[in-house]
Amino acid sequence: MKAAIYQAGEWLEERTGVGAACRHFLFEDIPASSGWPQVFGSVCLFLFLTQMLTGILLAFNYAATPGDAYRSVSYILERVTAGKMIHGLHHWGASLMVVAVFLHMAQVFIYGAYKRPREATWIAGIALLLLTLAFGLTGYLLPWDNRAYWGTVVTAQIMAGVPFAGPLLTQLIGAANGIGVVTFSRFYALHTLLLPGVTGLLIAFHIYLVRRHGAAAAPTDNGNTQKFYPKQAFRDVIAVFIAFVLLFAAAAFLEVPLERIADPTDTSYVPRPEWYFLFLFQLLKIFQGRMEVVGTVVLPTLAIVALIILPFADRLHRRMLTGRVQAAAAVLLAFSIWAGLTATAERSTPNSVHSPRVPREAAQWAQIPPEQIAGFGYFHSSGCGSCHNLLVGTPKAGPNLGHTGVQHPKEWLIQHFRSPEPSAAPLHLSLPKLNALSLFVENVRPDSVSLLKRMSAQYIGGAQTFVVSGCISCHKVNGSGGGVGPPLNGLVNRRSDQWVIDHFADPQRLSPGSIMPHYQFSKVDEDALITYLFSLAD
Amino acid sequence: MRLKNAMEQTMRKSNGINRRGFITGAICTLASLMGGVFATSVSTYLLGNPQAEDSGWADAGDISDLQPGAPQQVSFSRSREDGWRLQNERATAWVVIDDHMDVTAFSPRCTHLGCAYHWQANRKEFVCPCHGSVFGQDGHVVSGPADRPLDRYAVKVDADRLWLGPIERAKNS
Repeated sequence: MKAAIYQAGEWLEERTGVGAACRHFLFEDIPASSGWPQVFGSVCLFLFLTQMLTGILLAFNYAATPGDAYRSVSYILERVTAGKMIHGLHHWGASLMVVAVFLHMAQVFIYGAYKRPREATWIAGIALLLLTLAFGLTGYLLPWDNRAYWGTVVTAQIMAGVPFAGPLLTQLIGAANGIGVVTFSRFYALHTLLLPGVTGLLIAFHIYLVRRHGAAAAPTDNGNTQKFYPKQAFRDVIAVFIAFVLLFAAAAFLEVPLERIADPTDTSYVPRPEWYFLFLFQLLKIFQGRMEVVGTVVLPTLAIVALIILPFADRLHRRMLTGRVQAAAAVLLAFSIWAGLTATAERSTPNSVHSPRVPREAAQWAQIPPEQIAGFGYFHSSGCGSCHNLLVGTPKAGPNLGHTGVQHPKEWLIQHFRSPEPSAAPLHLSLPKLNALSLFVENVRPDSVSLLKRMSAQYIGGAQTFVVSGCISCHKVNGSGGGVGPPLNGLVNRRSDQWVIDHFADPQRLSPGSIMPHYQFSKVDEDALITYLFSLAD
Repeated sequence: MRLKNAMEQTMRKSNGINRRGFITGAICTLASLMGGVFATSVSTYLLGNPQAEDSGWADAGDISDLQPGAPQQVSFSRSREDGWRLQNERATAWVVIDDHMDVTAFSPRCTHLGCAYHWQANRKEFVCPCHGSVFGQDGHVVSGPADRPLDRYAVKVDADRLWLGPIERAKNS
């Protein structure tokens, strides 16, 4: 057996030379001073390969047209096994990639590893940084949620403002007639076809150059060498493993922000870019009016040009530690400016943009009145589903609701709820609950049922509390209800949970002159009601 | 003294081997761990089957519009979950009502490779144009290549309306 495996290995080696190539790679001489700072290149490569893999997997369940893109992303998140995990890996992988690329660049900069003869390696690296950011920019549109849409509207406007090339760039990204299907297709093609190909080739070229010139020595290097394997290989694997753990932890424990479906008519939406572009966003607040182009084009271009000419400007051969301390200070300064701008932008972000409590489908849910949502809850909790299907399901004793439409008047329905067919138990529900149930039954439609099925139990419970407590007789919700109290849409932007809870208990203390009665809810009902009220989109 | 040197040398050597072995082992372990987690995630994602709900019962029209005897093609609309879409689509069935007014509704696809078959009135047989499978009026295989009878819809008649349910797969003949 052993001999057969050995022979097969020999056969393969003779024809491909894979073993020799691996040995050449593993036992390459690298400076003895190499250590932990040199691991980030491998981490970048690992993250790029992970992005390739998860991107391909996402494409297996993704519809690349604006109408279906959002629904298919929701499908990946909610229906596909491990879909949330793969989507999370791709989403957080993009952020981690930016971090890894910056750490890699900072290390190269501080160690002066960009100097002759490694100028081309450095420039290829800068191109890879720009490609990483381009991936982020184009991928941002693909979920087709409000964040994606409005973020891209801003990007397109910035591109349109570029002196001379503006109209050409707008034409190129298919945004000449506004953000639409053409823009979407172009971003998709860029993100999944052009950018991966170019990046793959450039990474190969970058690694080839690293092998050609050898790894750069640390400033303190004494000229000794060591083999890449096992010490440095081990450090690289440990670093990759840390990135791997961080990535999987983020995918498993952090919520991926998919907001509600893109709505070009939503005038209340405040777009925010991805965190690594927030500094640019903040820069635009500093440079306004005619100076805006300084923030959008001039400064970013200057920064890139400065990075490109760096190896030609800094031609000193010495890579002394003292010189490097200055370089480290420069990196620290640049980082501080970046962090300051990012933090300022973050602080100025309104609450609702951050709030994961406004569900992404809230705008669609708003089409369904609270009574129907409550009725849907009673339909399930009262066991109506044991005799009736809603549109789809294995055949049951009672008629399928929705296919034929409910022909009976409301009085008949309420009578039926109180004394259904012989085999079913009568419902002992209060009249407001029965009214809600009849309203739901009368309005079973494919689109409303598919929305109702996505609502969380707590959201439905909140709508039920809202209905049975009679809130709707004084407050408007989604355009319907009484006008005595203030409308409740957008409450999340105006009040805190605690304020609303205190207000239930003693309205007059917080709103002097209010005629709202005192409410004492159970903890469960209170939590559900808060969830419902704070999910009402503006 | 010489002995001490020799011992130290041996120890250093064995330490070296141990250390190298440990690092190689650690690299292999971490790499396999990561590979395993990726392989598990990928295969769960690709092979997990998001269950679409059954399409339930669909109203296929008034039964009194159909004549007993020869099969008739009936088209009707139904809702079906298709990935991220809830499709409202047209579907068809070949409906046969026998002399006892028993209703059978056949799925319109040949059980060989899924082509649409037709009723040939002169032969009183269903004939598939793709590979020539022939089925009798009761759906049994007259001649291959199909190896099982026509699949049937679940059927119920309620207040003169014909209701068609999920398709039940016929067993091999």
